[in-house]
Amino acid sequence: MSVGGERVKIRLAGSGGQGIILASIVLAEASGIYDDRYVVQSQSYGPEARGGNCKAEVVVSNHPIDFPKAINLDILLALNQASLDQYYYDLKPDGVLIVNTDSCRQLPVSSAYQLPMATLAREKVGLIQTMNILSLGALAAITGIVSSKALREAVKTRAPKGTEEINMTAVDIGLREGKKAFEKMNRKRHEKISRLIQM
Amino acid sequence: MQKTDLLYKYLRTDKKFPHLWCPGCGNGILMGGLIRAIDRMELDKDNVVVVSGIGCSGRLPVYVDFNTLHTTHGRALAFATGIKLANPDLVVFVIMGDGDATAIGGNHLIHMARRNIDINAIVINNNVFGMTGGQYSPTTPSGAKSTTSVLGNLERPFDICKLAMGAGTSWVARSTVYHVRRLTDLICKAVEHDGFSMLEVTSYCPTNFGRRNKMGTAPKVMRWIKDNSIPVDKAKDMTPEEIGDKLVTGIFVDRDDPEYCTLYSELRIKEGYDPHEHEHGK
Amino acid sequence: MAKKTAGKTAKKKKKTRKKPESAIGPRVVSDEEEKAVVKLRKRAKNKRKESRPAVLLSGNEACVMGALAAGVGFFAGYPITPATEIAELLSQELPARGGTFIQMEDEISSMAAIIGASIAGIKAMTATSGPGFSLMQENLGFSIIAEIPCVVVNVMRGGPSTGTPTSPSQGDVMQARWGTHGEHSIIVLSPNSVEEAYTLTVKAFNLSEKYRTPVILLLDEVIAHMREKIHLPSEEDTPVFNRVKPTVPPEWYEPYEDTPSLVPPMAAFGDGYRYHITGLVHDTHGFPTNKQNEIKAHLLRLRSKIEKNRREIVMVESEMIDDARIAVFAYGSVSRAARRAIVLARSTGRKAGLVRPKTLWPFPEVAIEQLAAHVDVIIVPEMNLGQIVREVERKAAGKCRVVPLNRIDGKLISPEEILREILEV
Repeated sequence: MSVGGERVKIRLAGSGGQGIILASIVLAEASGIYDDRYVVQSQSYGPEARGGNCKAEVVVSNHPIDFPKAINLDILLALNQASLDQYYYDLKPDGVLIVNTDSCRQLPVSSAYQLPMATLAREKVGLIQTMNILSLGALAAITGIVSSKALREAVKTRAPKGTEEINMTAVDIGLREGKKAFEKMNRKRHEKISRLIQM
Repeated sequence: MQKTDLLYKYLRTDKKFPHLWCPGCGNGILMGGLIRAIDRMELDKDNVVVVSGIGCSGRLPVYVDFNTLHTTHGRALAFATGIKLANPDLVVFVIMGDGDATAIGGNHLIHMARRNIDINAIVINNNVFGMTGGQYSPTTPSGAKSTTSVLGNLERPFDICKLAMGAGTSWVARSTVYHVRRLTDLICKAVEHDGFSMLEVTSYCPTNFGRRNKMGTAPKVMRWIKDNSIPVDKAKDMTPEEIGDKLVTGIFVDRDDPEYCTLYSELRIKEGYDPHEHEHGK
Repeated sequence: MAKKTAGKTAKKKKKTRKKPESAIGPRVVSDEEEKAVVKLRKRAKNKRKESRPAVLLSGNEACVMGALAAGVGFFAGYPITPATEIAELLSQELPARGGTFIQMEDEISSMAAIIGASIAGIKAMTATSGPGFSLMQENLGFSIIAEIPCVVVNVMRGGPSTGTPTSPSQGDVMQARWGTHGEHSIIVLSPNSVEEAYTLTVKAFNLSEKYRTPVILLLDEVIAHMREKIHLPSEEDTPVFNRVKPTVPPEWYEPYEDTPSLVPPMAAFGDGYRYHITGLVHDTHGFPTNKQNEIKAHLLRLRSKIEKNRREIVMVESEMIDDARIAVFAYGSVSRAARRAIVLARSTGRKAGLVRPKTLWPFPEVAIEQLAAHVDVIIVPEMNLGQIVREVERKAAGKCRVVPLNRIDGKLISPEEILREILEV
């Protein structure tokens, strides 16, 4: 169990059916298995995971993790306005906010990383259903919490059979677009995440 | 073989006798039929399993020298399911009363019918909960008296064979405690059938049903059963009115449906399991 | 990455030391913790070498892996949230291994079917949640009195009745102990991580086989559904116990004999030992009895075989307890919040420690007696209105204060709540 050390708490949120849970499993697998960190993934469950808002959480650390839930978030990825409104206040003041501008029109802060995830998935990947994996690529590029190599490996193993290839395209486009968005904002990496990934 | 030889071969004579059944009860006749059938079919005693639920019929396994299991009320078929699936080589008999099989265990009965696992169910029907002192059961005739229907039963009874047929049982038959030879034949047929078989045995409870319903002594009821039984072939040409409350006996359904254990072992092989490789591992 | 991480840890640690983290203000890593980190990492590294590659599994999935490692050959169950994944996964895994999966018509028959399979010599289990666990109680009693090994997983959700099917709870702790009627002892284990969902499932099977008794694995929804990276132990590191079979000739076999180990050897149906199994109180041959001495002997042996083997059955873990004045006694997912709260409390100078039972029943009485003599207060956080706390109070017997901390709104107790309690007491 965790003794000290950094815990990066990530929440992915959107509406049911957007693939939030799969994305969180891919993220946990990438970070846990391929980047060899300690991870705990959990998710909203039951009726709320089908319709309405859906959330999934990943806690990443270089130490064993005790409390498995994410309360004060370091990273929030919001794929729709409702989940942005609901979860923004769980984000720490210096936390990283990534939003899907196709569904989130009113942003609480200008410092959010803004990407039209749905448009990118539809137009650049050619399949709207890959938005979850594309967003994950963007999250990886913006935050650096998971290496692109690990993320690709995890997508390969966790993507539903027959969709591996298109999801690999999605993750690559996400990584590329995320990198652009990060550079555009011209900010330093989040301090805590940097510390964690340097260890 | 002498009759007494059969008794010593199959009964736990040194253990739990005398039995607890009342004089005139049909349970002993069923037990005799079961033993004669097992003997005739030369089944290995070590491979025979007799499972029962709760009630007077539930005590039958105590007396017979097989692998015997006396379960909770109504659940005998569910326990038997586990036994048979875990070791399909065993020949499994499930002895139930009418309350056991169709009241508390009714759900298990219809699902057994649906699954078609090679288990031989025998329901001995005396139209009453005997062991608890004579309350009405799902097979108590309308208007009949019991300790919980002193004023006459308002409910309609199940026809156990029709219930089993409706649920898809692949082998259904009825016999009575009067037709002892036929009963033995039918138990043999049930064992031969590859799939779930359901044999209803019409019996009688002189202590807790006959007395209250003024049916007279046990021999008198035996005579009634004899006089009012019609073989299924004969009943075929009769109208429902002609049949009335007479007992139709014989085999109603004998269908060759896929048996569950066989299907499951095919599934295992399809999934890559090699049964020969594991033959000695069990 | 693993090597790099391990190599740099020492250098980086100083940096992490003074950085504010956590939801609850600044925190400092003490020397004691640092030592613990090094120890834990070393252990983790060694473990990695010995065991199989890491996998990301949910608690329910790990439970299935544990069951398979322990040699489960039969599963009967009925769909129920939040335990269904166990059935789903076993329905795929069992056929290829020569095992059997069956979805029964309800939880009553599921429990009956696993007892039947176990009687035929196969290790069997079921998995359910509150409402289904209620339905299983009757036949759970049967497996106790007839001494049929089997494992029952109950992924606890909010109750009573349908309750809150998707929310975590620890409301079934007393039901697991006393749910079936009549005087009896029972073994109940409670994992607090995905890894333990694996190891304690193996343990559950082993204890069940060894003591010929049902073992209940009480998971909660948090542990069942969260995913963690775990290293599944290799086969050599997973000791598996199989029930003792009789070696005497059939005519000498006394299926419920009072042996020195208190656990008689068990023949399977079909092994050539024809005997009688009943839910009635029975004599040593398995036949129903009404004799007072036989009734008493039977029921006392059922109790003794568990109570006299507490040393093996009762598992308790403690951390940071040596100098602690405040102890938190927590199990399941709540123990992880407690762990965090204790680390936070230590960073403010409070001497807090964690005692975590992996075995809930039989209750770790000795651990509480010793603890009560050494600390000022025991805090007992639970996702119910106070169940195990009664046992803690009973065994603390006034030697220290016992403070319950309860939550029943469907959310896991947070570290902050426990920390607040630690700071207040």
